[in-house]
Amino acid sequence: MSVRYLSEQEARELTRRILERSRADECRVRVQSGVAGNTRFALNQVTTAGDVYDTEVTITSAFGKRSGSANTNSLEGAALAEALATSERLARLAPEDPEHMPALGPQQYAAVPAWFETTAGMTPEVRARAVESATRVAADRGAEAAGYLIQVAGSTALANSAGLFAYHRRTAVHYTVTARTPNGTGSGWAGGAHNDWRRIDAGWIGRTAADKAVRARAPQPLEPGRYTVILEPTAVGNLLQLVGFSLFGQALSARQADEGRSFFSRPGGGNRIGEQIADARVTMWSDPADPELLTSPFDGSGLPLRRIVWVENGMLKNLVYDRFWAQKQGTAPTGSPTGVRMAGGDSSLDQMIASTERGIVVTRFWYIRSLDPRTLLFTGLTRDGTFLVENGRVTRPLYNFRFNESPIQMLRNIELIGRATRVSASESGDIGAAIVVPPLKVRDFNFASLSEAV
Amino acid sequence: MDRREFLRRGSSASALGLLAPDALGRVMTLPRPRRRAEVRDLVLAAIDAARRAGASYADARLSRVRSQSVSTRERRVQNISSSETVGIGIRVLRQGSWGFAATRELTPDEVARAARQAVEQARANRRLQRRPVVLAPVQAFPDAVWETPIRVDPFEVPIEDKVGLLLQANEAALAVKGARFVNSSLFFHREETTFASTDGSFIRQTLYRVQPSLNVTAVTDDFSDFQSRESVEIAPVAAGYEHVTEAKLVENAPRWAEEAVAKLAARPVEPRRYTLVLHPSHLWLTIHESIGHPTELDRALGYEANYAGTSFLAPPEQVLGKFRYGPELMNIQADRTQERALATTGWDHDGVPADQWLLVKNGIFVDYQTTRDQVAWIEQLTGVRRSHGCSYAESWAAVPFQRMPNVSLLPGEEDIGVDELIADTDDGIYIVGEGSYSIDQQRYNFQFGGQLFYRIEKGKLAGMLKDVAYQSRTPDFWNSLDRIGGPRGYFLGGSLFDGKGQPGQSNAVSHGCVPARFRDVNVLNTGRSRA
Repeated sequence: MSVRYLSEQEARELTRRILERSRADECRVRVQSGVAGNTRFALNQVTTAGDVYDTEVTITSAFGKRSGSANTNSLEGAALAEALATSERLARLAPEDPEHMPALGPQQYAAVPAWFETTAGMTPEVRARAVESATRVAADRGAEAAGYLIQVAGSTALANSAGLFAYHRRTAVHYTVTARTPNGTGSGWAGGAHNDWRRIDAGWIGRTAADKAVRARAPQPLEPGRYTVILEPTAVGNLLQLVGFSLFGQALSARQADEGRSFFSRPGGGNRIGEQIADARVTMWSDPADPELLTSPFDGSGLPLRRIVWVENGMLKNLVYDRFWAQKQGTAPTGSPTGVRMAGGDSSLDQMIASTERGIVVTRFWYIRSLDPRTLLFTGLTRDGTFLVENGRVTRPLYNFRFNESPIQMLRNIELIGRATRVSASESGDIGAAIVVPPLKVRDFNFASLSEAV
Repeated sequence: MDRREFLRRGSSASALGLLAPDALGRVMTLPRPRRRAEVRDLVLAAIDAARRAGASYADARLSRVRSQSVSTRERRVQNISSSETVGIGIRVLRQGSWGFAATRELTPDEVARAARQAVEQARANRRLQRRPVVLAPVQAFPDAVWETPIRVDPFEVPIEDKVGLLLQANEAALAVKGARFVNSSLFFHREETTFASTDGSFIRQTLYRVQPSLNVTAVTDDFSDFQSRESVEIAPVAAGYEHVTEAKLVENAPRWAEEAVAKLAARPVEPRRYTLVLHPSHLWLTIHESIGHPTELDRALGYEANYAGTSFLAPPEQVLGKFRYGPELMNIQADRTQERALATTGWDHDGVPADQWLLVKNGIFVDYQTTRDQVAWIEQLTGVRRSHGCSYAESWAAVPFQRMPNVSLLPGEEDIGVDELIADTDDGIYIVGEGSYSIDQQRYNFQFGGQLFYRIEKGKLAGMLKDVAYQSRTPDFWNSLDRIGGPRGYFLGGSLFDGKGQPGQSNAVSHGCVPARFRDVNVLNTGRSRA
């Protein structure tokens, strides 16, 4: 696959030329470019694949406190000139924004080695071979595999008229497999994610999905209620990203909390920073340079992103502050990182099972939606491998459950913590946030109803 | 190549000299469109290159998608933006395997390269082929044109009017005591597509979508509680700016704000079984999740198992013409021709003309949603030899696959509305507007919230409830349907962001329905302590 994206030099040149032509008081240019390749499969055969090359240039212009933005995916001079003119026109038409923040000047960014030739160089042939290993093992076990392998390679550059320039290039790959038994009574899933394709054990993913499908055949119902659960890392990631990533700016937004419309609002006013919100073993942070996260060292506004601890020993240490809200509250902005890591412990999944008299192993969750933002209550279902544990052993596959539960409650009711790993935590299997989480044993997890879906 | 082109061309002042501001102060219209002949040459060159590289079938879609959004909160504009993406996607069949490649570089050489890349991919994919792809026949449409009927082009309306409308609506909401925050936005979308296939079709289409919305949040004085009310009765539709005008945001905002405040004082629901009267502004989403998705044929056969899931409506031979979805009065129509509906089009992305057909007839499941490559899987069972035209790709960069048409509950024969349903109910809950939604991967177990909940006692509304969600199992739920409204209660709901596929793609789809009543449904209380 030809890897096409803008190098740092090219991005500097392109953004410089756009900024030179700006007639606004302030101008910001963001350029993303790169390739994405994917192969999908189902019923043990490839169904579709795609290789796409695209770019995106977003120009934001400001006259005083008025601003507007326009974007285009063309790098042609006329299209860029048009986008620049559109952004300026929209800015002139916009009312003054009392919250407008002046452009950031030059910043220092962490060096994040997120580019791997092993990922950038994957061809459709390489992807098809990986897929073949999953379909072969599924066929050997009498199952049918469906799955998705997506790789991206590209760069993001940000520049403004105050002299700021930021550049980051990265690769990423997610690989997920669902195996099903042909009679439709068993389903198993496994997946992995990293910037480096070599860090994904495709063979293990294929084998685990097939093995789970076979073990999950003929599930039986169990009365819904509160159970001890052993959440595999992906299941933890599915829930944790609700607090820690996808709702950055919402669940973790300092502003929403201070405005009295968030779980993190303090009754009477203010927010809950400094309060114990989770088990004392829970520590969560973002750090672009963490070798397991490798996320962008700057956010969309150009703010440098560094290590920031959200929860330390169970205490809420930080919420997300954008530049405006930080200034208003007299604190430093945090920026909006795109990855989160939770500290691991030393329990293995086997130890969690062995120590459980009666509990439920969960592979992953699905269709997670907010039920009540006041209590950070979510609903969703288990999927693709839900098993009963009795007297320290996995005894049988179970029907799936719907949960109505808060990820905060999960973090409060922790019994055991395992080793943290990077997971493919987006339900869609697409390249999502970098999420590094441990498996957890959690008591009193609320399963509200049963699902016969396999 | 393009970047050099820009660096070269961009350095000459002439490219920028054309940019005199629009005297009318209007938002930029499209950049000068590429000449139609040039577009035609590119799409034809693409399928020609694919054929020369060994494709037995090829299609090319060159699309230009333009969107504009304005968003505000309280008395400020948060964002005004305009976006455009242009490119070409080329799909090929070679020895029964699909390949797809897409590029933003619209030059003959690059388009030919992408076509060859698609064929290479099909070659790589064939090593795992078990059942070759077979396309159902379709008539050639060598010079077809279709456009969403609109009255006012939203891209021609001055931006000041849009900003002014939203800020005025916000002001109207904030005038209500207790309404502390308000967000409002307008979103406009135009999708121009030129499609050509080796089956001899050449089709140009322009689709429009528009969505106004407003969300009010009320917070108690002591910061102990908050509630929001979204303008869910204002659905996104395929129309022009007239839909924004008809939405009457300024006139409706005080009522939405009052309802947000009223929710703070609503009674917590007592969890148990109730009769539910569902307003169509709520019911459309239940139809989407529990009928729209399970009737997708790719899901039923396992093609979406890794993400969207499969379907309880399987295998086809055991359910087609046999499965009782609901009572006799239940008729569900799939339709890509309905005016204002989001999935309405002239031709789908396989080049198949729009269709209208029944999925559920008198309560019995009778057909699925299909694309050309799916017809052969069930034609022996249904007797339908054509595709129902459900192929769609969200952009030039995405591969087309089976997406949901507009799926609607047809009105009943009784000329009644929601008031009659409430008057005829002794002990129930009336739900308005969609809220939280979640359903399992085979579409059995679902749980839905809403915007507004009212207790029904002895045929009358008896106060507002909160923390309501109902949970059921699709066949049980639809078989508990016992009465539906007539045409006068018809409402077209919908979503711009129905997700499916890997990579995930958004499909815009509408669902028409009438108010309906369901007996003996399990209702939960979702309230929890905030401690």
